[in-house]
Amino acid sequence: MVKGRQGERIRLYVRGIILGYKRSKSNQYPNTSLIQIEGVNTPEEVDWYRGKRMAYIYKAKTKKNGTNYRCIWGKVTRPHGNSGVVRAKFRTNLPPKSMGGRVRVFMYPSRI
Amino acid sequence: MAKSEKPRVSRNKELIRGVGRFSRSKMYHKRGIWALKEKNGGSFPRHDKQPPQAKAVEKAPKFYPADDEPKPLINKRKPKPTKLRSSITPGTVLILLAGRFKGKRVVFLKQLESGLLLVTGPFKLNGVPIRRVNQAYVIATSTKIDISTVDASKFTDKYFEKEVVRKKKTESDFFEAEKEDKKTLPTEKKEDQKVLDAVVLQAVESVPDLNQYLSSRFSLRSGMKPHELVF
Repeated sequence: MVKGRQGERIRLYVRGIILGYKRSKSNQYPNTSLIQIEGVNTPEEVDWYRGKRMAYIYKAKTKKNGTNYRCIWGKVTRPHGNSGVVRAKFRTNLPPKSMGGRVRVFMYPSRI
Repeated sequence: MAKSEKPRVSRNKELIRGVGRFSRSKMYHKRGIWALKEKNGGSFPRHDKQPPQAKAVEKAPKFYPADDEPKPLINKRKPKPTKLRSSITPGTVLILLAGRFKGKRVVFLKQLESGLLLVTGPFKLNGVPIRRVNQAYVIATSTKIDISTVDASKFTDKYFEKEVVRKKKTESDFFEAEKEDKKTLPTEKKEDQKVLDAVVLQAVESVPDLNQYLSSRFSLRSGMKPHELVF
């Protein structure tokens, strides 16, 4: 997170949007979330992102570990469908208020 | 057997499985057992068993544990260091993906016994000291420097171990311990850095624009897709 220094802002993660949980028409399975990664449009492109770690970062009122920001870690598990959407599993399930929210998809563990 | 053995060939060619070309008596002759017998006075040389050496008399132990505990199986497995990706060779420029120096471009020196990668900035260019880094948190670029003249043999995992400070638990020491928060790098390590970097910098200067490249950091910009980038 931002340490008290005026460094250059570098982004080493890809932005992603949380679409919701894995679901069928009337049942949802909150242990797996669906993520739309920016710029990824086919399941072949998703292959690069398999296993990459991602973080859902949110703010809370009380300070924990000296900061109001909190994080849920997870990873990309597999592609979902034909349009580059991705399934992801997090350490704890994502809260429903995260739907439509931002997720950071990091470039590690790297395979290149 | 002390002599080097050639693979043993059978003198009895197999016609079908279980049936050989030659009979027992023919094989006896072919193998030359008759010659061995002749050499040893009519009978096949025998080696009698050596008389069993008297074992030392063991005294019965004074103490037996109440139950026979099962002994855990012996594990002789030694883990190997992580396999190095083929794209990472000594002198490759790597991009660090996480940690304090994320985004920095850095020169790879060698892989240590623990599997971690030994890496240096060089310090003058981007502030990255001689450091260990895990392979998974690194992107290898195709830029390579010739560092064959660099001697990194003195850097091993032990070099990076934290020094264990053992203090006696007395009250005065307890209060003093709180004051010792500053940890400065011993001058030895600073010297090591300078010596190593001097050689690396030479190699870096020989390539045009490389020192600016190493001083700058990597960042993703708008529209950049990592899965399409060629590093």
